[in-house]
Amino acid sequence: MELLKSLRQSWLFRPRSGVIAIPYIWLLLFFLVPFIIVLKISFAETEIAIPPYTDLVTYEDNHLTIDLNLGNYAYLFNDDLYLTAYLSSIRIAFVSTLLCLLIGYPMALAISRAPASTRNVLLLLVILPSWTSFLIRIYAWIGILKPNGYINNFLMSLGIIDEPIIMLHTDFAVYIGIVYAYLPFMILPLYANMMKLDHSLVEASQDLGASPFTTLTRVIVPLTKAGIIAGCMLVFIPAVGEFVIPELLGGPQTLMIGKVLWEEFFNNRDWPVASAVAIVMLALLIIPIMWFDRIQNRQTEEA
Amino acid sequence: MRFSFSKMMLWLGLAFLYAPMLILVIYSFNESRLVTVWAGFSTKWYGALLDNQKLLDAVANSLKIAFFSATAAVILGTLAAFVLARFKGFKGSTLLRGMITAPLVMPEVITGLSLLLLFVAMAQLVGWPGSRGMTTIWLAHTTFCTAYVAVVVGSRLTEMDMSVEEAAQDLGATPFKVFFTITLPMIAPALVSGWLLAFTLSLDDLVIASFVSGPGSTTLPMVVFSSVRLGVSPEINALATIIIGIVTSLVFASWYYARRVEKARLRDQRALSQS
Repeated sequence: MELLKSLRQSWLFRPRSGVIAIPYIWLLLFFLVPFIIVLKISFAETEIAIPPYTDLVTYEDNHLTIDLNLGNYAYLFNDDLYLTAYLSSIRIAFVSTLLCLLIGYPMALAISRAPASTRNVLLLLVILPSWTSFLIRIYAWIGILKPNGYINNFLMSLGIIDEPIIMLHTDFAVYIGIVYAYLPFMILPLYANMMKLDHSLVEASQDLGASPFTTLTRVIVPLTKAGIIAGCMLVFIPAVGEFVIPELLGGPQTLMIGKVLWEEFFNNRDWPVASAVAIVMLALLIIPIMWFDRIQNRQTEEA
Repeated sequence: MRFSFSKMMLWLGLAFLYAPMLILVIYSFNESRLVTVWAGFSTKWYGALLDNQKLLDAVANSLKIAFFSATAAVILGTLAAFVLARFKGFKGSTLLRGMITAPLVMPEVITGLSLLLLFVAMAQLVGWPGSRGMTTIWLAHTTFCTAYVAVVVGSRLTEMDMSVEEAAQDLGATPFKVFFTITLPMIAPALVSGWLLAFTLSLDDLVIASFVSGPGSTTLPMVVFSSVRLGVSPEINALATIIIGIVTSLVFASWYYARRVEKARLRDQRALSQS
């Protein structure tokens, strides 16, 4: 009885713990545990069965055998395809992030400087596209960029070009797609950060004779560093693993790792290699993800 | 008006964001099957949508999944945001925080693959889920939507005036009562916007749903994707126009409503401070 009583009084059975436990257990089960399973299956071998992979741990005749197969990883590092795909994903995501920043920063600055009444409308106009379908917004660019699309038709009717410019199914189209889809995610954290900016510092810089450009680069940009990092991570990390954009706008020569993973899984039905591809991608992205986590949490703690 | 570089970039940026959608809408009324060549006004592609039974079934599936995912995500996300904002620094709070922010940036292919492998492993271990379909998509969507709801509700909770909650507690209300009579009404607008955000995210997801779906649970983005892969089609333009129309009118309606509530609140506050 004593034991039961002390157990009931322990932290496990307090109502507070119950409230914490519900979201905690859900996220552990459906967010964290799945990664452990991916890691496990990345060490398995492909098998023609359901599910299509071998068991790592077998127990036969009182013998416990753990069969760790590093072959999938060896395969990834020996085949140029995967290495090239990782590198070009990072390159494409990096350039797109930079473009988003260059376009998004002045936009966020203009919104934060607008009169309070129009500020909300402008912000709404920036967010609105991301509430409509992502797939359809990427689809819109197929019609614009294709050889007999709007741009080529327009330029040819003016007689500026005689032959259509090939834009669809190139890396150029992938850049446009990523910048177009992710621009709102860059602007939002930048704007939130700029609204917290202490305006007297900007005025002080101007009073001391700094040019608008100097004020921007020496005062405003350093003060909005947290917003810049958050915005860049919000674009860069998902862009590295992007599948829809390279699939619809990119060409056969556009190698991106998200597309490679998709093809390993759906076309080759090679679950262990797809898992290994995911684990290596995660290893590449873990530092940016943790960086984003830290920035995000520091902001919520400050508020 | 003074010319400024940032203002010019804002208008160019907005034009960049809206021009493709505008073209999509205009050409949805194009007579010709060749989407990019104008051949006269017609609404026949909207009619064609209504005859497409596969598409209508997918819409019904998507709406069902989005409704239940958004509802579950609001409950879980609010709980997560609440414990993080109010029970500061409990054991394992850092991990919970991490599990709330990481899904926001996690590439979808990774989330989709990992959830599928979880469902397969669960089926082997405990025999559930027996087959993949609406339930597994619902579980997957609830999980990633929870993170978004938690961020929306969390920011509302941290900027909220805590003195009202404290007053109720001092007057002897149980924590349970404080939550339902004070906290919940005060964060209600955030719950609504969190629900709507989760609903649209679920409605829009292609990648995760493709991994965890099964036969008979094709969602709208999956139908759109298989059609879009083959190139442009006037029916997709018509569908896009309907989606853009619904989203735009809902967003502006809720914005207008929020503005009216805010104005009324400010008026009350002024009246209160004057009396």
